[in-house]
Amino acid sequence: MKNLLIGTAALAMMAGAALAESHSVVRMGTEGAYPPYNFINDAGEVDGFERELGDELCARAELTCEWVTNEWDSIIPNLVSGNYDTIIAGMSITDERKEQIDFTQNYTQPDPSAYVALAGAEVDLAGGVIAAQTGTIQASYVAEHGATLVEFSSPDETVAAVRNGEADAVLADKAYLDPIVAESSDVAFTGEDVLIGGGIGLGIRKSDTELKAKFDAAIQSMKDDGSLNALIEKWEIGETF
Amino acid sequence: MFSYCTDPATLDGLTWLSCYLTTGKHLSIYWSVGTVLLLLAITAPVALMFGFGGAAAARSRFAPLSWLGKAYIAVVRGVPDIAFFLFFVIALDQGFEWLRHQVKCPDWDQPIRQGNDFVVCAEAKLPLGNAAQWVHETYGFMLAVLTFSIVFGAFAANVLFGAMRAVPRAQLETAEAYGMTPRQTFWRILVPQMWVFALPGLSNLWMVLIKATPLLFLLGVEDIVYWARELGGAKTARFTDYPHPDWRMWYFFALLVFYLAFTRVSEIVLDRIMKRLTHGQATTGGEAQRKAA
Repeated sequence: MKNLLIGTAALAMMAGAALAESHSVVRMGTEGAYPPYNFINDAGEVDGFERELGDELCARAELTCEWVTNEWDSIIPNLVSGNYDTIIAGMSITDERKEQIDFTQNYTQPDPSAYVALAGAEVDLAGGVIAAQTGTIQASYVAEHGATLVEFSSPDETVAAVRNGEADAVLADKAYLDPIVAESSDVAFTGEDVLIGGGIGLGIRKSDTELKAKFDAAIQSMKDDGSLNALIEKWEIGETF
Repeated sequence: MFSYCTDPATLDGLTWLSCYLTTGKHLSIYWSVGTVLLLLAITAPVALMFGFGGAAAARSRFAPLSWLGKAYIAVVRGVPDIAFFLFFVIALDQGFEWLRHQVKCPDWDQPIRQGNDFVVCAEAKLPLGNAAQWVHETYGFMLAVLTFSIVFGAFAANVLFGAMRAVPRAQLETAEAYGMTPRQTFWRILVPQMWVFALPGLSNLWMVLIKATPLLFLLGVEDIVYWARELGGAKTARFTDYPHPDWRMWYFFALLVFYLAFTRVSEIVLDRIMKRLTHGQATTGGEAQRKAA
């Protein structure tokens, strides 16, 4: 066992003999299951609002970027340990997350979250069973407001839970739910939208101040020339700046 | 893939299905079947090596070595797999990077732990930050193999430890009486005879290992269960040319068939191995074989 470990380590060291420049490639970590923000398209590649946004930001900041997908559950630990350099996965800026990682300035307005239930169903949003994705702002909102929370690891499963009756309603970003409601007759929006979170930003390691500054500047330049608004409208993300 | 697939909305029936099943995204799931099989093919022998080492160490008459073997078996078996996969792998990765950091960047003046962050110099990153995606994937895969091997190695060690004790004492005594050294007794008498006792336990482990591959996704390696969930989820027409409702049931059904077929083949192979191992052994099975012959 010891020999194997030492062998692996030695191999790894030889493999890394080439010199690396700091951030010559920026790895963009995303979930790939949250359209329109990010999803895997038919060709098997990352696509969506954040793909276009990220590519444009990288071009403006003159960075070479590469896209990687990671499960939502472990997306922060893997950033912190350096498996990729940014989280660009529809992640709202919250104080709780700020304790672990830094965020760039927001690239979307605080997006309203909405409830979706079976069409025509009377749902008690304050005390019923509400589905939300684990570790999201919606999940903590439901937990804090007295309803019974059922958590799922992917966004798709939260909607499926409403369809099969496991939950009375699902709470998620409105931009995610919109196309689903528009194309199906069995589910519909219900109740009032709720405003939670402080908009979405890129998650970046706290120690990576240089990268944060670059992305901040790039986002600002996209805000200034209106190209960010154009992207938001194209992907129907919500309010423009 | 096919030339008629340019506008899937106009297709139906089998033509639609043939286009749907050959999208780039579906090729990923076929590819991931290969990943899973490769993982099993590498992990099984490596885990067996870990197990053999652990069991041999636990039996050792040299006390510290025996403690080491027993501690390995007890600790790894006691920690839940998911915790192991979330924390141990990250720790292992950071351990490698820390070692490289010590070697490559001796004059680095900043702390490596900055709050939550683990910061090593760019030359020490593993794989290097500018490496191609396939290098990252291979590295993640190797980490997965190592972690699976350590976890399943501990269980295998326990099985082998038990199997070594199940070999009739009379066999070893006879070896001693012939003047064999402990080392000779171990390699020539004990090891060849223990497999027949170990195989039922090891075959259980193999079956569990086959089904443990979804843990891979915690390491960023995309396995078949991940793709089945991703592909099966309901898709709206805005984001794909092939919109469909929740089809996870069908995808998981396909997985069920895959796993059943795979375990069935494993059973047949294991049965054969069992037959060969039983041959000439001083066990009930061996005796039955002798009478039948």
